[in-house]
Amino acid sequence: MSERKIDDETGVETTGHSWDGIEELNNPLPRWWLWTLYACIVWAIAYTIAYPAWPMISGATKGMLGYSTRAEVAADIVAHEAKNEALVAELIAADLTALPPSSDLHRYAVARGGSVFRAQCSQCHGSGAAGAVGYPNLLDNDWLWGGDIENISATIRHGVRNDTDLDARYSEMPAYGDLFVEKEIEAVVEYVVSLSSTEFDAGLVQAGSELFLDNCAACHGDEGLGDQFLGAPNLVDAIWLYGGDRDTLTETVTNARFGVMPAWGQRLSDVDVRAVSVYVHALGGGE
Amino acid sequence: MSDRPLYAPQEPIFPRRVTGVFRNLKWGVMIFTLGIYYLTPWIRWDRGPNLPDQAVLVDMASRRFYFFWIEIWPHEFYFVAGLLIMAGLGLFLFTSALGRVWCGYTCPQTVWTDLFILVERWIEGDRNARLRLYRGKWDVRKWRLRLTKWFVWLLIAIATGGAWVFYFTDAPTLLVNLLNFTAHPVAYMTIAALTATTFLFGGFMREQVCIYMCPWPRIQAAMMDPDTITVAYREWRGEERGKKHENKSGDCIDCMACVNVCPMGIDIRDGQQMECITCALCIDACDDIMDKIGKPRGLIDYIALSDEPAERAGEPPAPIWKKILRPRTIIYTAIWASIGVALMYALFVRSDIELTVSPVRNPTYVLQSDGAVRNIYDVRLRNKAGDDRVFHISLTSDEILRIELEGRGGLRDVVVPADTTILQRVYVTARPQDPAASSDTTALRLWVEDVDADIRASQSTTFNGRDQ
Repeated sequence: MSERKIDDETGVETTGHSWDGIEELNNPLPRWWLWTLYACIVWAIAYTIAYPAWPMISGATKGMLGYSTRAEVAADIVAHEAKNEALVAELIAADLTALPPSSDLHRYAVARGGSVFRAQCSQCHGSGAAGAVGYPNLLDNDWLWGGDIENISATIRHGVRNDTDLDARYSEMPAYGDLFVEKEIEAVVEYVVSLSSTEFDAGLVQAGSELFLDNCAACHGDEGLGDQFLGAPNLVDAIWLYGGDRDTLTETVTNARFGVMPAWGQRLSDVDVRAVSVYVHALGGGE
Repeated sequence: MSDRPLYAPQEPIFPRRVTGVFRNLKWGVMIFTLGIYYLTPWIRWDRGPNLPDQAVLVDMASRRFYFFWIEIWPHEFYFVAGLLIMAGLGLFLFTSALGRVWCGYTCPQTVWTDLFILVERWIEGDRNARLRLYRGKWDVRKWRLRLTKWFVWLLIAIATGGAWVFYFTDAPTLLVNLLNFTAHPVAYMTIAALTATTFLFGGFMREQVCIYMCPWPRIQAAMMDPDTITVAYREWRGEERGKKHENKSGDCIDCMACVNVCPMGIDIRDGQQMECITCALCIDACDDIMDKIGKPRGLIDYIALSDEPAERAGEPPAPIWKKILRPRTIIYTAIWASIGVALMYALFVRSDIELTVSPVRNPTYVLQSDGAVRNIYDVRLRNKAGDDRVFHISLTSDEILRIELEGRGGLRDVVVPADTTILQRVYVTARPQDPAASSDTTALRLWVEDVDADIRASQSTTFNGRDQ
């Protein structure tokens, strides 16, 4: 094999390999290519010494330079927070009722509030804030506890019917299953249906109307328009938190509802509460 | 295995000086292309007070590309894609018609190598002097010449790397910052990297870049055909070669002029080779010799290989336009031109104001307390003008729909600052009794109008009713 063979046709040396009479020409790579390879190997070794590289049982080698992506992210976050410091201070001091909608501060609050919302609120209210059964839709113009910026902010800060914040929104509907007989529940349900529909049993409604005035109107109002001080829903409009069909209403009247929301003032910073309030207010239903 | 080497040392090449038509053409191309590269960032172009006044500027931070009177925003990147496709097709066209004319005349690797060889020749002398110096000992003179040459190369390399960064930010400002060491580290790192590659590629790697690193020689092999005009040796006229006193039948006197001037270190008389960049310097060298020995020029020439049989038979070759005007080149030209026309059309019909409408589909619609149905649209309003503009938003639809803007208190005018995009939430509502509220979808068109400039733009979208 050590004997050199020269291909007649090209005058190029062959490797001596032959397949079906076809011989492989030996066209070696340039020398600098080899040195590039060696340089890369040296670089790779130096790199693994300088930077975190080798996986160990727990974690990995730290590297001589002490570089860490985690530390870099932390530094980035600190740098961003430093940049936003002025806006944060401004937002904390701002009167949210008088925040001009096209101002930088408003844009900042909406952007910050949006990220808070997606992280903290979207689990119940949905990523698009459209809510779900039992979790209010925040895009519409129907509000249980008030839809102006101050009421939205208070609801977020103190929560609803939780037992951690004394200032939480609180009201409790009795479970009429204990107070009414089945026929009475049926009549009240029929009356509530009649408030927003044209198809109902007029006979039942008459009886239900009296029961409603005696028992429900204290919170929901004589005309069923609800009361935002008590978180009592408007029963006349097209929007139902749990559902407006007879079966769901029967369940609601029988067992009552007790929706709870945490006091976000205890979990989020003041600026985040303010930001998310501005965000929710700007979703479409803000008053 | 055997003692055969797996790696070959680089063969040093010492191209001899040459004069002639193609050498002059190459000087011209070099001055032209280097002039474009070094001077373009310094051309000023007045765009008004809020916009940069650099004629060609790739503004990464603000995501704008300025080219004289044209301003490209990121969403118009298809212009750049179109230009790249045109550049690719242009290479196909030129390669199928004229071979590796790009490699030989305009490729930066060729142009800078040519410049570096010019410097080398000024400092160390022509081929023979350089050969002597290469073989000689490392004495004071050799060190002096080498260091001078490397120093001048380095200056060119720094200027090359330096010119690059001027395309990305205001050139006069950056030059001052670079000189008083206040420029961004990225600028210095870019200059350092490009200085190093220019110095290495132009001074030391030269033909190695073309042969081993560049994919184009491989691609061009597929782009050329027998009708392609390329640099070749008229073997049927030159052979048998021999010195004058040997009285051989061919015109080639084996003077090696074509080999000595070749920057790739090949012998064109061996036929078509992957290394050949068709720089045509061997044509100049050979024509010079043919003049001296009283033979007709063109022993080495731009010829099409398909002409070989005719020329062997002593007939004249086909006229050159027949080689260039072929279905293949015509098709390339047609595609190339149609993309160009499409880009020009797109460039001239685009408006100074634009809107993009993305309907919010989470949820698809919002039921209001009175039973009305509301759809939400995130509308991006784009003001490409150099001053703040008032945009008026409206909608058209066959059905009754009402429009409202978030946070505008019932107004439908929005101020969009100069050269900015803003996001405006737009509400479209159908009352309970309107057909759109209870239907599946309703077509509508959102309009944005620059009242002062009397220009407007629109985008169609759909409205989702309850019945889905």
